[in-house]
Amino acid sequence: MTATVLDPADTTIAPTTAAQPTLAEWWRHTLVFAGRNVQHIRRLPEKLLDVTIQPIMFVLLFAYVFGGAIGVPGGNYREFLIGGILVQSLSFAMVGPATSIATDLQEGVIDRFRALPAKRSAYLSGHFLAELGGMALSIVILLGSGLVVGWRPHDGIANLMAGLLLLLLFAAAMVWIGTFIGLMVRTPDAVMGVGFTVVFPITFLSNAFVPTDTLPDVLQRIAEWNPISVMVAGIRDLFGNSGGQVGAQPWPIEHAVVLSFVACGLLLALAIPFSLRRYRSRTID
Amino acid sequence: MNNERTDAVSQPNAIAVEVRGLGKRYGELWALRNLDLAVPRGTVLGLLGHNGAGKTTAIRILTTLALPTEGVASVAGHDVALDPDSVRRSIGVAAQEATVDGLLTAHGNLVMVGRLHGQSARAARRQAHDLLAQVDLADAADKLAKDLSGGMRRRLDLAASLMSNPSVLFLDEPTTGLDPRSRNELWDLLRGLVRDGTTIILTTQYLEEADRLADDVVVLDHGLTVAHGTPQQLKAQIGGDRVDVSSASPHELERIVEATLPFASQPASIDKDTGVVTIPVRSDVRLMDVMHAVDDAGIDVVDINRRQATLDDVFLILTESRR
Repeated sequence: MTATVLDPADTTIAPTTAAQPTLAEWWRHTLVFAGRNVQHIRRLPEKLLDVTIQPIMFVLLFAYVFGGAIGVPGGNYREFLIGGILVQSLSFAMVGPATSIATDLQEGVIDRFRALPAKRSAYLSGHFLAELGGMALSIVILLGSGLVVGWRPHDGIANLMAGLLLLLLFAAAMVWIGTFIGLMVRTPDAVMGVGFTVVFPITFLSNAFVPTDTLPDVLQRIAEWNPISVMVAGIRDLFGNSGGQVGAQPWPIEHAVVLSFVACGLLLALAIPFSLRRYRSRTID
Repeated sequence: MNNERTDAVSQPNAIAVEVRGLGKRYGELWALRNLDLAVPRGTVLGLLGHNGAGKTTAIRILTTLALPTEGVASVAGHDVALDPDSVRRSIGVAAQEATVDGLLTAHGNLVMVGRLHGQSARAARRQAHDLLAQVDLADAADKLAKDLSGGMRRRLDLAASLMSNPSVLFLDEPTTGLDPRSRNELWDLLRGLVRDGTTIILTTQYLEEADRLADDVVVLDHGLTVAHGTPQQLKAQIGGDRVDVSSASPHELERIVEATLPFASQPASIDKDTGVVTIPVRSDVRLMDVMHAVDDAGIDVVDINRRQATLDDVFLILTESRR
């Protein structure tokens, strides 16, 4: 602009924040936004139900109600079950970030954030951090209740760690996919619809709760190539819960561990940039 | 250099907000077109207009929430399109719908905003505490924002916009929905800020508000600027004083217009709903002469009084003539 408009007074305001390293500033803003989500949970503890009580209910339901009627290779259904429940719970938990982001967009509060000198991406990364924390809690609770009903890892500490890493990576991918869904839908209510019409069939048409060889032929092919099945098989492999699998496994299941890591990386590589772009376009006119 | 307020006083002519040829198109419709502004530091600009006149669009562009289709705008010396982050460091915004987080407490909302402005946790808490007292919300500090009344939320929103000690403050219809007492308190608060060197741009549908607060008024209609000047200038522009004559019977209204024709400097206007004829008159017209003229015509008048033109009169003439 013209020289008269440039007021020296303004230069006294800008440097106080602009002089900070950008990355440190971004991280600080991320923590502020993550702290906001944590405060929300303190106000609405029921928000945590779907990542705490719900998984425990599933463990108990399948271990004691359905489990007795399902035969698995190796014969131990509870060992078989935990990998499936972990992946199923984390998939369903994507509804959480989707709902909270859709709610923020619907209420005016997002305009407040956007008129602040906070990094645009810090809002999403703060959300991610808080939601990933919730999912990590969910993993701990599930493994704990697994130990109670008789699940044990059998494949050494290194593979156990790799399994936990894979779970966190998968959780991260689910948070970002949830974020993207939250940015796509018009109202928070629509999230539940997407959750049940997409996530529900994908997770149940898999090896999460039953061995796929009990399925009719066509469904069996679908289930074997279902990425959720690959993910579940990857976790079972790393935890040493695959039991006495007999005969040749289908190709995706045979390479489940590698494929799981690749798939999670791929999902993140897609969901993060798409979410950022969608966030930009949703919040500027 | 450490105190921007001192600079504002020593540079009374510095321009805080400059806008040239600003326009915003949504699809086929121009929500705003050819807006020009030059707002000096430490003054109040009122954007006046009906719903859909382009006021909120102007505010959204100036606060970096929308990109202009054409034209340039700078706030506190920073271009809104090219350097939005610098603009955001210098401004406070209180939007039309209170933009607070319902699941945080009143205090928590302010602390969050302060932290995002780069304040330390301690500084943000202290500032939040002080501002809550200033907007009369000290007792509600620990209530969730969603449990506050509409007026309280508006005041919380204003407090949030003040967390950064902004040099330019944007208020979109700040007193809509406030009771008269809260409105007067808000006006006092804003006057105090202006005294300390803050520049304020506010939109309003209340002409009284613009008249009381604004140094300069821009009247918008269908996205276009239809008038621009001080409240005094705008009133002078449409000429002199007004005589209001009210009658109980509607069919007398036309006859009042006829009887007072010799005194009218511009065509009189009739409000059938309230039964009032408003006659623009030159300042040398005596009220007594108007009364006699009406009385001589044998018209039964309920009330007659003379007053200065208000911004309402300006607004009516400006926006009516365009229809």
